[in-house]
This record gives sequence, C-alpha cells and structure tokens, in this order.
Amino acid sequence: MSAPLAEIRGLSVSYGRDDARSFALQDVDLDIAKGRRLAVIGESGSGKSTLALALAGLLPPQARIEGAIGWPGLAHPPVAGRDIGMVFQDPGGSLNPVLTIGEQVAEGAVRHLGLDWRAAQSHALALLERVRIPDPQAALGAYPHQFSGGQRQRIAIAAAIAAKPGLLIADEPTSALDMVVQAEIVALLDDLVREAGMTLVFITHDIALASGFADDIAVFQRARLVEKGPAQAVLTKPTHAYTKHLLAAQIDFSTPRLIDGAADA
Amino acid sequence: MHRALTLTRRRIVSSIPVLLIVIIGTFLLLEAAPGDAVDAYLLSLGGGDAGLVAELRQSYGLDQSLVKRLILYVGALLRFDLGWSVAFDRPVLDLIAERLPNTLWLMGAATALAFSLGSLLGIVAGARPGSLTDRALSIGSLALYAVPSFWLGLVLVLVFAVALRWFPTAGIETIASGKTGLARVADIAWHLVLPVSALGFIYLALFLRMMRTGMAEAWRQDFVLFARARGLARRRIVLRHVARNALLPLVTMLGLQAAAMLGGSVVVESVFAIPGFGRLAHEAVSGRDAPLLTGIIIVSAVLVIVVNLLVDIAYAALDPRVGSGEASS
Amino acid sequence: MNRVAGRLMRSPEGVAGFCLLVLLAAMALAAPLLFPGDPLVIVGRPLTAPFTDPALPLGTDRLGRDVAAGLMHGARTSLLVGLATALVALAAGALVGTVAGLAGGLVDEALMRVVDAFQIVPGFLLALAFVSVTGASLPVIILAIALGAWTGPARLVRAEVLSIRERDYVASARVIGMHPAEIALREVLPNALPPVLALTAVIVATAVLVEAALSFLGLGDPNVVTWGSMIAEGRNVLRTAPHLSIVPGLGLVATVLGVYLLGEGLADAMAGREARG
Repeated sequence: MSAPLAEIRGLSVSYGRDDARSFALQDVDLDIAKGRRLAVIGESGSGKSTLALALAGLLPPQARIEGAIGWPGLAHPPVAGRDIGMVFQDPGGSLNPVLTIGEQVAEGAVRHLGLDWRAAQSHALALLERVRIPDPQAALGAYPHQFSGGQRQRIAIAAAIAAKPGLLIADEPTSALDMVVQAEIVALLDDLVREAGMTLVFITHDIALASGFADDIAVFQRARLVEKGPAQAVLTKPTHAYTKHLLAAQIDFSTPRLIDGAADA
Repeated sequence: MHRALTLTRRRIVSSIPVLLIVIIGTFLLLEAAPGDAVDAYLLSLGGGDAGLVAELRQSYGLDQSLVKRLILYVGALLRFDLGWSVAFDRPVLDLIAERLPNTLWLMGAATALAFSLGSLLGIVAGARPGSLTDRALSIGSLALYAVPSFWLGLVLVLVFAVALRWFPTAGIETIASGKTGLARVADIAWHLVLPVSALGFIYLALFLRMMRTGMAEAWRQDFVLFARARGLARRRIVLRHVARNALLPLVTMLGLQAAAMLGGSVVVESVFAIPGFGRLAHEAVSGRDAPLLTGIIIVSAVLVIVVNLLVDIAYAALDPRVGSGEASS
Repeated sequence: MNRVAGRLMRSPEGVAGFCLLVLLAAMALAAPLLFPGDPLVIVGRPLTAPFTDPALPLGTDRLGRDVAAGLMHGARTSLLVGLATALVALAAGALVGTVAGLAGGLVDEALMRVVDAFQIVPGFLLALAFVSVTGASLPVIILAIALGAWTGPARLVRAEVLSIRERDYVASARVIGMHPAEIALREVLPNALPPVLALTAVIVATAVLVEAALSFLGLGDPNVVTWGSMIAEGRNVLRTAPHLSIVPGLGLVATVLGVYLLGEGLADAMAGREARG
C-alpha cells in the first residue's frame, strides 16, 4: 500500500475550560488510505462529525485541538474545497435558498480552478449531468426550493466536487432522505469516487449501509476510536464489544447490500 | 414577473376594505371636532350673520345628516375630489399635489441614505460578530436610534448651518434665485442635506441593527458552513451568502416603516421650513382645517399602501421562494 | 424571576439602562420636592446664563423661567406619558387581540381589518388629528399616542391566543363550563403576556418621542412643562443660547436610550441568554 493520504496521530478535540473540559474526540490514531473508501461509524455524539470538521479545518475557533493530522499524500497543506470536498446531512440547509444552483455549483470552480464565470457555468452544467439532475440546463437557473431532497443532495455533491478534490468527506449524507433515495445517493457517491479515483470518507450511524461498499471501517464510541481495519475483517471478526453490538443489532434484519461487489474490492 | 403580478393584485384587493375603514374613521373623528368648517371660515372672516352661515352650510353640504354627508364624501373621493380647504380656500387635492413632491423627495432620499449606509455598516459590523468594530457600531446605532429627529435637526443646524455655514438653515431652495435645470436641482439637493440626515439617521440606526442581527443569524446557517467547506473567499461568503440573506428582512422593514417615516416628516419639515406634505398637516391642524386634515390622512394611507406594494414587488424579486409556498413570510 | 433579575444585572445593557432610568425616575420624583411650585412661573431675569446664579443653577429661558426646574418636571411628564401610553396601548391591544382570537370568524376578520387600518395611517398624523379635535391635555395626548401603538400588542396577543387555544388545557377548561371571558382572563392572557411585555420597551420609547414631537409643534399640554416644548421655546434663541434646546434634548435621548437598553437587557435575560456584545 502506498503512503496514506492522511495520518491522524493522537488527535483530541475538546471544548470548555480546563476544569470542565468535554471531549468531542480523544486520542485518535487513524490513517486514511489514498483511493479507498473509509466508513466512519458511530452514534450521534461519538465524535465522527468532529473528525470530519477537523480533517477539513472547519472546527469552531473555541475548539481546543491537540495531536496532529499529517498529509503525506499531499505536497502542501490541504485547502478546503480544493483538496477536500464535504457533503453534509441536510441537503435543504446546505444550499443557499436565494442563490441559483448554477452560481452555487460554479463558485467553487471559480475560486479554485481559476475559471471565469462563463467557463465555470459550463463546468457546473457538466457536473449537474454527472450527478444526474434532470434537465441540467434549466437547473442552472433554478433555486434550491424547486428540487426534491434527493436532488438537492445531488446538487450539493456536485458543488462539493466542483474543484475536483482528491478527498470527499460525506457526513451522514443520506440520513435525512428516504430509503430508496438513500440507495441512489450511495450509488452515485460510489460511481463518482470510482470514476475520479477519489478517496471517500463516509460517515454514518448505519453499519449496514457502510458495509455495503466500504473498503475500510473505523468505529467510534464516545469520542474514542474503538476499532479499525479492512471492512471484511471488521464485519466478520469484530474484536470490540461495541462493534459486535452494532453488528448484532443490524444483521438480524438481514439488510440487503445496497451496492454489490464493493466490500471486497 | 407573473408571481409579482398575482401578489400586486392580491394586495390591492385586500387594501380596499382597509382603506374604506380609514376613510370612515377619519371622517367620523373629524366630525367629532367642535365647530365645523364654516365656523372656522367665519372665524377667519371675523364673524358673519345667520343667513350667510346657513348659505355656507348648505354649499358645503353641512346641513345634511351624518350618513348622507359620509356617502357624499366617499362619492366625491371616487371622483378624486378631496373637498375644499377652508384655511387655504383652495381644493384639498391641489394643495396636496403641490406639497407631496417635496415630501417624497425628502423621504426617498432619507430612505436611500438609511438603507444603503445602514445595511453597509451592518455588513461591516456583522462580518465579524463580537469584534470591536461590531460592538462600537452596535452601541453607536442604539444611541442614534434614541435621538428625536426634530432635535437632531436642530443640532445639525447649529453645527453645520450656524457654526460651519456649510448648509442653509432652512427652506427647500434659495428664494428667487432664478436658477433652472441642473443648477436648481443642485440647489434643492444642497438644501435637503440636513433635513434628510435628520429624518434618515434614525432609520439608518434601525437598518444597521437589523442587518447586524440578520447576519448573526445567517452565520449559523448550514449553507454558510457548506460555503466555508468549499473554501470560498471570505469576502464572497460575507457578501453573497450571509449579507444577501440578511438583507431580506430589511426590505420588509422598509414597508413597515413607511407610515412612521411619513409621520416623522411632519416634524422635520417644520424644523426646516420645507413646504411639504407633513408641514401641510401641521398647518391644517393649526388652521382647524378638517377637510384638509381628512384629505391628508387618506392620502397618506394610500401612500403607505403604494409603498408596501412596491416593497412586495422588490421582495418577490429578491427572494425566489415567494409565491412557491415555501416563503418565510 | 430572580434568575431573570440576576441575568439582567450581569448584562452591561441591562445595568446601563436600569441606572439611566433609576436616575430619571429619581429626577421625576424629586422634582416637586426640590422645585416646589409651578415650573412655568417666571422666577428671574430672562436668559440668565447657566452657572451664574446659585439660585438658578442652569439659568433661565427667554421668559425668565427656571431651566433646572423645567428639566426635572419635564422628566415627570415624559416618564408619565411613556408609561401611561404603554399601559393603555397594552390593555386595548390585549382586549382586541383576545376577542379576535377567541371569537374567530367574522369578528376576527373585521377586527383585524381595523388593526390594518390603524397600521397604514401614520401614528403621528393620527395623534395630531386626535389632539386637534379634542384639545391638548395630558390624558388626551396619552390616548392620542396610544391610538397608534395598540396594534402591535393586538396582533401579538391574537397570535398567542390562537396558538394557546389549540392546546389541551383550554379545551378542558371549556369542557368544565367556564365562560369564554373567564377562559380569556384566567388561561390565555397570563400565557400571552411575556412576548407582549417585550413590545413594551418599544411602545414606551415611541410614546416619549411622539409626546416630545407634539409638544415641539405646540400641540402638547400647555399647563405642564415638557422637554419638547422647552426645545421649541429654546429654538427661538438657538444662535445665542443653544443650551436651552440642547439640554432637554439630551434628557429625551437619555430616557429613550435607557428604555431601549433595559428592554434589550430584559429580553436577553428572559430568553435565558447570558450577556453578549
């Protein structure tokens, strides 16, 4: 395996004063391998979203950060948007309600790819086609409220990858959507990552969803990383009690795999 | 544009009963005044005999019953006849038409000043919530918001007209200057600087505070986090994502403040001796001129409706959600 | 309630507003003690400069009336008008809002159109017309200003009544057989009041400013001293004795600022927010 894209070493994130500190992440060591799909699994409050924000450098100013995130896979410190794309949970809130889809998808390309607005608009058109928005030409001039939740998430994904980042972090991108749309979004992310050779960090509380297509799995519980490894190993021979518990809770439902043939890639 | 048209039509239709209430209410209020227009007129003549009184009452329709006079009045309104001013001995409509433009200039300029400078300073304050600039602007605007416009007018006159002699103390233009065209426009603008400031500064403070609050709210929105996650320039995030959304409630406020601003122009016009609509109201009160005062109140209500209509259209242009059922009011 | 007071006293706005208003209230209460007698009476040489006569510390105006006495008594008028107007406007607004909200249907529709009508007429013009019809006296002026101020509380109370009406306990109260007016008084009003109180600061401040403007135009009560009439009086000698107009104006600014600051501090304290910048 080549050098990892990112090396997280002893990372802790905490809030509050010294006498009453609360940890959102505590002493995390994790590598993100280039070109692979890492599923970060945990309940809400487990620190998985804090990890996403820490990777993208978006933690609020009052957060206390210890440890380090190294980027051996990059020649320079990562720039949000250009090197790291992010997709969030609520596709309704991610898009600015008063700006056109075209502007919001294109603005990242203008910023990072040095395109002028004309070129960025045709770039945006191609992106909307790639995320399979019907009638992308019309969508350029439309506003977020004119689309369904699933379509909005597709548009947000298009905006997130507009500057061709090497790493895409998707933070619960499907949990606000219904089952059928969930599967479509996961399939879309899988396609996009394969086509562009991107690294994907997929954050979810749903181990069944993650097991469908992840190469590696990292399990978080109460601000700590409790288990990590190749998906196959973690799913078949979990070592930590919490992972076993998560699997036991899920496997009873015999969830069909959403994407076939991905887990052993 | 179709959305705006539907909206306009709905607003106009719903305004009709409200306007009717204003007309009836104003009519009844001024009917309750002791003495009528004829008494006031006779007072100005220094008295008159009973025959003249009866004749005058009949000519003004004052010998009819209250309901009949109300119907006559509304009927006349429909023909754009606002009655006869006793104090000026001229048609009310002519007087208002003559004075209204001055007030519209004053209000328009004050609104433009307050809105542009207020939102601009609000952006400066709200760009970095909690910063020193933000706190200073917040305190300064609250203090300015507490200043009565007529007193501010006097202070401005004292400083900029009496002490510094930069601007004239009163009036709308230099009397008998013989200026025409652009020179006259410049002269009027020069006269309006102080009154516009006196009227507009309070609204400037209001818009600044609203913009600041709106921006603080917008910073917490998910789309701002998403914009930051895409590494957009701070300038673009502040202007296109935060300020653009914070501007919407300001536009609504523009309509809500139209009535208050019209009221404020009464005092400011009196301070600066501007022959406008507001000063006309003061003169109508002083001259016990009920028909004139009734006309002024009705016209100001119509004016407020028109301003709100324009604000609705502007809002629809700024917020694509309007008319789609997802509008945030 | 103690928690609210505690939070209020920790916010700089709340403390500043509270201090300003306490000072002004002290001025208003002390006025008849420190300056007994009518402040409108001529007591000295006209236009005595301030700080020249120990008996007349702030000098006299154009007619020879004591400026210091006028300032103190003027605080009385401003605070009285502000508070009384708020009281009248809140009572009227609460009444109309409750009736509209509880009655619903045509009554609600009609009352709300009346509210609309009052909102599109400039409140100051309405006060002007009302005072000119009935003659200027303090009660009339308070009523005149309240005419333009009751619509805000009415809308708020109505909205609150409508939302409360849906809740269970009003439904159960109705089942027990309470009179609708009793429901309004015992169940709805106490719940609707807190948001309405937040409006009070704005109403008091506006009332103080409108009263001053009316007095400035010569439409105030001629039998009491008001800061507005002092400013108007001083205006005649604006070039030679500007302090006669400026000082009462500062009193107005202090009053209105105090009300806004206290209102903002109270709103923050009631919302459970800590002091902010």
